[in-house]
Amino acid sequence: MSLTTDASRTASRAGKSGSGKTGSGNSRAGKAPAGVTLAPRRGTRARRERIFQWLFLVPAVIYMALFFGYPVVKNLVMSFQDYTTATFFTGEAPWVGLANYVTVLSSSLFSTSLLNTALFTLGSILGQFVIGLALAVFFQRKFPLNGILRSLLLLPWLLPLIVSSAVWRWILDKDSGALNRFLGELGVIHTGVPWLTSTSLALIAVVGVNIWIGIPFNLTILYGGLQEIPDELYEAGSLDGATGWKAFRHITWPMLRPVVSVVLVLGVVYTLKVLDIILGLTNGGPANSTQTIATQSYELSFHEFKFGEGAALGNVLVIISLVFAVLYLRASRRAVDE
Amino acid sequence: MKSARRTTRPLALAAATLFGLPLFISACGATPGASSSEKVTEISVMDYYNNEPDKSFIGDALTSCGTQAGVTIKRETVPGKSLISKVLQQSSSKTLPDVLMLDNPDLQQIAATGALAPLSDFKVSTENFAEGVLSAGTYKDKVYGLAPTVNTIALFYNKDILTKAGVTPPTTWDELKAAAAKLTAGEQYGLAFNANPTYEGTWQFLPVMWSNGGDEKNIDSAETAQALELWTDLVKDGSVSSSALNWTQADVKDQFLAGKAAMMVNGPWQIPALDKQPSLHYGVVKIPVREAGQTAVAPLGGEVWTVPQTGNKARQAKAAEIVACMNSDEKQLSMAKARNTIPSKTTLADKFAVENPKLATFTELIKTARARTGELGEGWPAQATKIYTAIQTALTGKASPADALKQAQGQ
Repeated sequence: MSLTTDASRTASRAGKSGSGKTGSGNSRAGKAPAGVTLAPRRGTRARRERIFQWLFLVPAVIYMALFFGYPVVKNLVMSFQDYTTATFFTGEAPWVGLANYVTVLSSSLFSTSLLNTALFTLGSILGQFVIGLALAVFFQRKFPLNGILRSLLLLPWLLPLIVSSAVWRWILDKDSGALNRFLGELGVIHTGVPWLTSTSLALIAVVGVNIWIGIPFNLTILYGGLQEIPDELYEAGSLDGATGWKAFRHITWPMLRPVVSVVLVLGVVYTLKVLDIILGLTNGGPANSTQTIATQSYELSFHEFKFGEGAALGNVLVIISLVFAVLYLRASRRAVDE
Repeated sequence: MKSARRTTRPLALAAATLFGLPLFISACGATPGASSSEKVTEISVMDYYNNEPDKSFIGDALTSCGTQAGVTIKRETVPGKSLISKVLQQSSSKTLPDVLMLDNPDLQQIAATGALAPLSDFKVSTENFAEGVLSAGTYKDKVYGLAPTVNTIALFYNKDILTKAGVTPPTTWDELKAAAAKLTAGEQYGLAFNANPTYEGTWQFLPVMWSNGGDEKNIDSAETAQALELWTDLVKDGSVSSSALNWTQADVKDQFLAGKAAMMVNGPWQIPALDKQPSLHYGVVKIPVREAGQTAVAPLGGEVWTVPQTGNKARQAKAAEIVACMNSDEKQLSMAKARNTIPSKTTLADKFAVENPKLATFTELIKTARARTGELGEGWPAQATKIYTAIQTALTGKASPADALKQAQGQ
């Protein structure tokens, strides 16, 4: 845009100077026609450049429209329709306005799911972050096998979630699970703890597994952030007596702040939408005690075939995520500014 | 000249992207426009038997039916969980296969969309099929799908453990409770079933609910409450592990195989796994009823074969031939024997039970078995969700069985 205006401004300036000084008939007047003939050529060139600019954008725009725009719009439209299995064949989906939202939000399950989603997200983020940060600080030190241990910690990240949840489901089994066996051998417990089948423990167990899965992400990003902090700061700090906890409190933490906000906000968005781990471990049970908005939306769409209601609930989740995404964008902009 | 060429190339590229991409996409979804007069040489089939040995058993039957009908079979097997989403996707892009297999409780859902053709259009015989089998395949008085072989669930018991404890296989609920309690010792539970929050949990509960006169239309009834009380009592007194809340039927089988459960509720598809362990001696009886004299009503399982509305009459007619052939007496018997399932024609039952004594109990049950969608049709998934919700609420002690059912029904 700016290019065209520049070009036209140059052209008009050339024209003006030409007409204004024709009478004087000196070298300037001689230049004027040249300027006039130059103007259209510059104009086409600018236009061409502008076209190129747009052309370079085309692949990205098509990609965004196809893979982000279309699903979002489709999901939004779907949430206002009575979208059933029949819709797929006939293409007919009657408009029902806000009915899907009313059904979903007034369902007795919604408050349970919302609370579970909040507890699950909060618990997971807190655990992942604290343990991830502690490990990141720990791996800052130089000791043998540091690299190997650090890469081993990435393991939960490399395993397919469905595998992780199957293994954890076995570990947490009440009767023959490895965890209960271990605790039993230690003499801590005498009867099997129903990790996944007690309404009061299941959510805690699921959060625990999700923390295990999330640690590598937190560790990696925070470790990267720590590497960026110049050693001189610590050297200078130690001269002033800032070592150990003081060094962490006054040097590490303030320097790490931008990375921390990014990790936390991304973590929240990732955790809100967790589906496979919960489905793999408990299927939302027992008695809905691990049912989150994500699992309920999946259930509505793909088990009960109420695609409209599933989409409506999905959009509620999108809106919640969006709040955090906006926070992330603001946080990352601030990080860049700093 | 040079600059001109430079301009046209990206322009052409952009044009190709802008117009070519949607064209390409729509081409992918286009139906192979074939006239109905052409000679049909190939029939496409989709099913979810993607694991051996079922994959080959079904594949062989299809191939032989294809030969009989003079066509080659182009078969696609997809994982069970993704079949419905695949079918929905294909029905919107009009690329449904000529022959489609569906799990029986899904049939009415798909038939309701209009994607399937009634089998009567092609004069496929529906004679001699068990009542439950036909009701599973029927939508609005028309039969859309037929299951060659079916299955259900019964009570498996470990002969050695029962003999040692001096327990005979139970036939009533009181006997079941007493037997399960007596068989529970140390790490061994008396009984294993699954009560997980999926349709599987509902499926395992249906025999006690239906046999006692409970009905899925309204689960807030005394009969259903009695049935749920049985399930709750068994878990409460420790005869069934509370892990049942999270077990699948495969987990239940593993418990039984490991000797950690003396009895289990399960289906005939577990027989090959059980037979692999020669030290295990097991028997199968009907799931007990509340009072002697009540009829055991078991839920009907199994897959139906259908002919989708592909819009090509000649192909559909050939497809119907394949479906009819898969349901012929000969194919029913051979597939049932190979796959540990039960032929769906009642006329074959007696002969089959004699030849396959292991499956005799199941064969008997199929005669009176009920289809899950028989009463509610498309409304079944919503009601099935309510049933497992109530089971979970009662088994975790969040509400009494009667209250749990009332809450769930009211939702």
